[in-house]
Amino acid sequence: MAAVTMRLPALLAPLDSSALRGGEKHLVAPGDTITTDTGYMRGHGTYVENDKLIASVAGVVERVNKLVCVRALKARYNGEIGDIVVGRITEVQQKRWKVETNSRLDSVLLLSSINLPGGELRRKSAEDELAMRDYLQEGDLISAEVQSIFSDGAVSLHTRSLKYGKLAQGVLVQVSPSLVKRQKTHFHDLPCGASVILGNNGFIWIYPTPEQKDDEAGGYTANLEPVPLSDREVISRLRNCIMALVTHKMMLFDTSILYCYEASLPHQIKDILKPEVTEEIVLEARQRLLDSEG
Amino acid sequence: DLRVDGRGCEDYRCAEVETDVVSNTSGSARVKLGETDILVGIKAEMGTPKLEKPDEGYLEFFVDCSSNSPELEGRGGEELGTDIANTLYRVFSCENCVDLKSLCINPKEHCWVLYVDVLLLECGGNIFDAISIAVKAALFNTRIPKVRVLEDEEGTKEIELSDDPYDCIRLSVDEVPCVVTLSKIGYRHVVDATLQEEACSLASLLISVTSKGAITSMKKVGKGSLDPESIFEMMETGQRVGKSLHIALQKILDEEESLGTSRPKVGFLG
Repeated sequence: MAAVTMRLPALLAPLDSSALRGGEKHLVAPGDTITTDTGYMRGHGTYVENDKLIASVAGVVERVNKLVCVRALKARYNGEIGDIVVGRITEVQQKRWKVETNSRLDSVLLLSSINLPGGELRRKSAEDELAMRDYLQEGDLISAEVQSIFSDGAVSLHTRSLKYGKLAQGVLVQVSPSLVKRQKTHFHDLPCGASVILGNNGFIWIYPTPEQKDDEAGGYTANLEPVPLSDREVISRLRNCIMALVTHKMMLFDTSILYCYEASLPHQIKDILKPEVTEEIVLEARQRLLDSEG
Repeated sequence: DLRVDGRGCEDYRCAEVETDVVSNTSGSARVKLGETDILVGIKAEMGTPKLEKPDEGYLEFFVDCSSNSPELEGRGGEELGTDIANTLYRVFSCENCVDLKSLCINPKEHCWVLYVDVLLLECGGNIFDAISIAVKAALFNTRIPKVRVLEDEEGTKEIELSDDPYDCIRLSVDEVPCVVTLSKIGYRHVVDATLQEEACSLASLLISVTSKGAITSMKKVGKGSLDPESIFEMMETGQRVGKSLHIALQKILDEEESLGTSRPKVGFLG
């Protein structure tokens, strides 16, 4: 049975300011004057014109002693050492792979930074170089950790733990990197039956929880068995919940996703993306978060 | 029967339709189907009828996709634009879709030409369906002023526009077809594919269906192949889905019409 719903567009209701928490935030748009005081040093996102400090991006003004900078709301991912990222292989080069991670430059995964299948540790030889494509091809998704940052800002990744590696069946959701909250762990096994990897670069990977933890796999075997319908429903629901949180610009972490998931259970999966249902479940999730904190 | 966003194989994303968004056109409509955003403007101008059809007016389509991405600006979007325009010509080539005889003013001399301009504001998958819905909504919204032809003593004809701005002819859109795109992914076919689903599908079938379920044209796109049996299945699905699409669209157009001038216009700044 086909379902086609059409509606007339509705004006977006202005956000209730009492729902906004936090102190006074100095929000600026490009071209707004931040200050006319010349004693400040200008940081990222600002420029000086006619003795005035003007913002060049849309974002929040941050001030550290004499340094004024504007942190953009929607920006590409800036790598920090120790971040977990989910990326897609774009190129296979001589001794490394180029990984796309929604940053200004493609990230680099050196051959010396990966775990060989089987977990063996040895020096990479010339044969390994030629067999690089057997491990990771163009288009593969991987989870990795940021090892270091090059001087030009490109990020160097490593998969030196068994929990990182090639990702098999699941759903990728691409969101803005600023919406992913920095936490101790980014690999979550949600009680609803699916697992989620919240990459700091904004790539979120939702996959069915594996039955048993295979330690010998080393992260390269791809389990291509068909996923049961119940797992797929849970994953679709989680994906829609994450999209709902993103449209309302809420921070993404395991608790917020879980509360949103529970709030969405009475609705059908495909209804979650309707504007009124989205607002309802996000408000409920927000309320529960506020209650649990306060 | 479950897609990534929870929809079934025959479900459309939630669509938003608004007509009369551009004030200096004879008719306009804007359709938002998920991420896809289409704006259609129709201008009615006087022209000479085509030689083979002297007592009918005609439609001209022009598609512009330059606002989509930098690679489609200027020359890049021309190929996609002409491709979409040719598909629209084919869809509307059926004789009964639009009552072209009502567009005639003076046989062999004057007729109304409807210039349909389609603007692709954002491409989020399934542009053909969204464009056809927008064209139908814009045609429903088109108001062509009534003209009278006065003949002088010397035989020269003068065209007189009526003074009342609300005195106009409206087109009947009952027979206007809508395009349903069926994309083949694996062994099944889906309706209203998103960008990611389109990337996974190798072949798609574009079927234009009228509100009564009659297929007016069919086109296969994509580099993959389609089995004749699956084509029959897709045709049946297309007819079924097309009928419900027309019902939903007509309902929303009538609802908008009934709100009249009291309707809050959202436009682009809502």
